[in-house]
Order: sequence, then structure tokens, then C-alpha cells
Amino acid sequence: MAAVTGLEQPLVVPSAGPPARPRVWRAVVLLLAALYFLVPLGASLWYTIYTPTTGVSFEAYGELLTAEGFAASLALSLGLGLATIVLVLLLTLPAMLAVRLSAPRLRPVMEVLCTLPLVVPPITFVAGLGTSLRTGAEVLAPTPFWATLIAVQDPAFPIVLVLAYVVLVLPFVYRSLDAGLRTMDVRTLVEAARNLGASWPYVLLRVIVPNLRSALASASFLTLALVFGEFTVARLLGYQPFAVWIVTISGSRGQVSVAVSILSLLLIWLLLLAVSSAFGREKK
Amino acid sequence: MRRPKGWLGALPLLAFYAFVFGLPLVALLVGAFTSRGEPTLANMRQSLEGGNLTSIAGSVQVSAVVALLGAVLGTFLAYAVVTSRFAALRHSVLTASGVLANFGGVPLAFFWVATLGNSGVVSGLLGLPTGALYTFWGLVVVYLYFSVPLMVLVMAPALDGLRPQWREAAANNGATSWHYWRYVGLPVLTPALLGGVVLLFGGAFAAYATAAAMGAGTVVPLVTLKIANALTSDVLIGQENVALALSLNMIVIAGLVMAVYLPLQRRSTRWLR
Repeated sequence: MAAVTGLEQPLVVPSAGPPARPRVWRAVVLLLAALYFLVPLGASLWYTIYTPTTGVSFEAYGELLTAEGFAASLALSLGLGLATIVLVLLLTLPAMLAVRLSAPRLRPVMEVLCTLPLVVPPITFVAGLGTSLRTGAEVLAPTPFWATLIAVQDPAFPIVLVLAYVVLVLPFVYRSLDAGLRTMDVRTLVEAARNLGASWPYVLLRVIVPNLRSALASASFLTLALVFGEFTVARLLGYQPFAVWIVTISGSRGQVSVAVSILSLLLIWLLLLAVSSAFGREKK
Repeated sequence: MRRPKGWLGALPLLAFYAFVFGLPLVALLVGAFTSRGEPTLANMRQSLEGGNLTSIAGSVQVSAVVALLGAVLGTFLAYAVVTSRFAALRHSVLTASGVLANFGGVPLAFFWVATLGNSGVVSGLLGLPTGALYTFWGLVVVYLYFSVPLMVLVMAPALDGLRPQWREAAANNGATSWHYWRYVGLPVLTPALLGGVVLLFGGAFAAYATAAAMGAGTVVPLVTLKIANALTSDVLIGQENVALALSLNMIVIAGLVMAVYLPLQRRSTRWLR
């Protein structure tokens, strides 16, 4: 579709008006856009490698690896990202299959539920989450559940962040999986496999998952990108994954924090490249 | 036999959702209308006066300006790219838009601090006054960095949907370029445009990380900063419930704006086919 219109448009644009004018405004628009988007990139890069006293050096990038808390916060973010991916897929995939196969009337409900986290700003969600954690600690204090609630908030690996991130990524994962499920006939595949004697776990792992590979991959990469950059929830609940760590060191080491910002832009770019190549393969 | 099994598959997600998302929202709602266990409207009243009201107004203003400017600039950029003959240009701009639209939060703040901050590379060259980045328009410039690419992503498919034949038909009927855009182009693009404006508004309105990372030097009052301050400061006990009331105000505003978007999105997808 896009390719077809792409071929058609060049034939039309010259006939619609004087050929010189559209090119001029297009060049102006593109030039301004390039300036606006590339100058901060270049300036940030220059900021990290140049200081008036010592001249050009790549010290900030070397300092990064030895900076206090870098490895710990990076490991925490990675762990949180992986745990979020596992949990969100384990929750959404069976639910979406169940809705498709045996409760189609539930589908609009699912769609609304999975869109709601987009409407509720993360900061308001964390305000409510913090309040319910505190209230929960008061209410549950005399019961054994209190220990569970405390364990969930363990600073070494705050499971509560994983739970919150699952909610935040739910809209993106839902859309990605929904797009993947649309490309296959789930009911026929499942019924055929079941009639041939396959067990439910077998159907899920050997029939559904291989067909959804690219949707699952793109959902995972999006989740990873989101968890990596997440600041609001972690900061307000008092944990220090990667994004919070960058802010903590920015006061004393401005260059390092900008260097990390450049690296995280690269990381997002790589992750999205992985997403688009996952979807690109599917189309072919 | 099969029906109950199907329901079971959806049960974990629904239970999780109720517990992790529903419960906090209920806690927020209850907290906004209680103070030390007593039901009261004092929090809501407090959240709508003085500095709190100013911060809500500030957030709405920044978001509205970012949404409108971002929509206009993003649409022009998308049009320039979509009508270009160079496939490589189109591909690279759309890819870059995908990356930059997701590039918010903390790193974005440091990019701009390094560029236009008080010791920034470009602010030195331009001779910008100290604190120029930390003004209303400074914040708008920063937020546009992820808003314009988002608008490009929204508008590119919609602009692709404008059939060249429509333009030819209009021209054959004697329409000028102005007529074409006024009576054909814009009406077709309106749902996507409005949807984009709403998305941009929502993104700027909910943004907290960027403003927080840019530092307290920001003189623009933002409701997200206000909520965060009230939640993290241990000085005043009652402030927490005011923060919940402010959060409720935010959700109401974001919900009202989003309510416009959802039906529009359905309409605009019709043109993408």
C-alpha cells in the first residue's frame, strides 16, 4: 500500500503546482528539522568530550564504567526488564488466547482495560500505589501477609517495580500481541492440534508461540526499552535503577550523565531496530 | 467443558489487573476524599487553590502549546517527507522519528542541559541569558523533541492515505491548491490531526522525568513536580492526601482529553486502508 502511493506521488506533485516552489519549502522544512534534531545530539557529544581546561578527551566514557553504582543500577534495570517481560507475557498471552477462543464477548473489555494505563499518568498511578502499599502495611501488620508485602519491596530486587512496570507496558504488549494474533487463524490451529491429541501446553509452546515469534520479540524489546528509561515510578517509590542513578550522579559528574544519555539513545535505537526487523521478517 | 477453561486463561490477568492497577486507583480515590480517616472535601478544595491551581494551569498551558506547535510542525515535516521522491530520506526520517518519539525522560533532559543549559555548548555560542532553558519556552523546546517525531509517526500514514487521484479530480474540477486542502485534504486529515494533538497533549501532560531531571531551576510550575514534591517530602502529613487529590485532577483532565481521541482514532483508521 505504502509502496504503491510512494510510486504514484512523484508523478502528481509536479503537475499540481509550479515544480520549483514545493522543493524550496520542503528543503527549508527539512533543514530546520535537521538543525533542531541534530544540534542537541552534536552538542551533547561535544559536551562529553571537550572541556576548556583539558581539551578533547574521552575520559567521561571511561569514567562511566568505574562510576559508583553504575554496574549495580544497570544490573537492576536489566533484571527488572527481564522479569517484566516474563511476567507480562505469561499474563497476557493466555488471557488473549482465552478471550479469542472461548470468550469473544470479553474482548472489548480487555481492550479498554489494556488501554487505560495509557490514560492514567504514571505519576498518579505511583501516588495511588504508594498509598495502597502504606495502607496495606498497616492493615496487614498482624497477618503473615505482612512479610510478603515487605518482601515485595526488597530494595535488592523490588518486585513491586516489576508489578508496576507490567501495568505500564500492558498497552504496548497488548497491541503488539493483538497484531500478531490477527495474522493467524488461532481457532483452526488450536482445534487441529487438539484433535490430533496435543496437550494444552504443547499447543501453546509448539503451535502458538512459534507463529507469534515476531510479535513476542517486538513486545519484549518495547518492554525492555520502556523499563530501561523508566524514572517516575522508581524514583517515587525510592529505588535506584538506571534512570534514577543517572540523575543522582548528574550533580557531581555532569559529563558522565550526558555520556550515559547518549548511550541510552543508542540503546533505544538498537532495541527499536530489533523491533522493526522482527516485524519486517513477518511481512515477508 | 471448554468454556470454563477459557475463562480460566483470562483470570490471572484480570486478578493481577484488579490488584496492581485497580487497588491503587481505589486508594487514590479514597485518599483524595479523606483526611486522617475522616471523609472530607478539604483535599480537593486545597488542590484547586493557590500554588496547586497554578501548577495545574502551568501543566495544561505547556501541554497545550506543545500539542499545537508539535502538531503543526510534525505535520509539515511528515508532508515534506511523505511527498519526497527519495525513499531513503523517508525511511531514515521515519526510523529516526520512531527512536526520538520514545526518547523521553531523563536522557532527553541531559541532552538539552548540555546544549542550551547554563554551561551548554550552544547557549555559549548564542550568548543566551542564564536560565533560558528553564523558562516556559525552554520547556516547550525540550518537549517538542519527542512530540514532533510522534506527530510525524501519526501523520505519515494519514498523509499516505491522501490519494493523488483526489487531487487530480479536484484539479480537473477547477479547484485551486487552497480549495483542495480546504475541502478535501484537511477534512480527511482532521481525525488524525486531532488524534495527534491529543496524544501530544497527553504525553507532555504526564511527563515528569524530563522536568525533574532538568533540575529544580525550572521556574515553570508543573503539576507532576508538585505531586512528586508532596509525596516525597516528609514535612507535612496532610500533604500526601492533597497530592492524591492533585493526581485525581490530572486523571480527570487526561481522561477528558483522551475521551476525544478514542472515537477519532477509530474514524481515522478508516482512511488508512
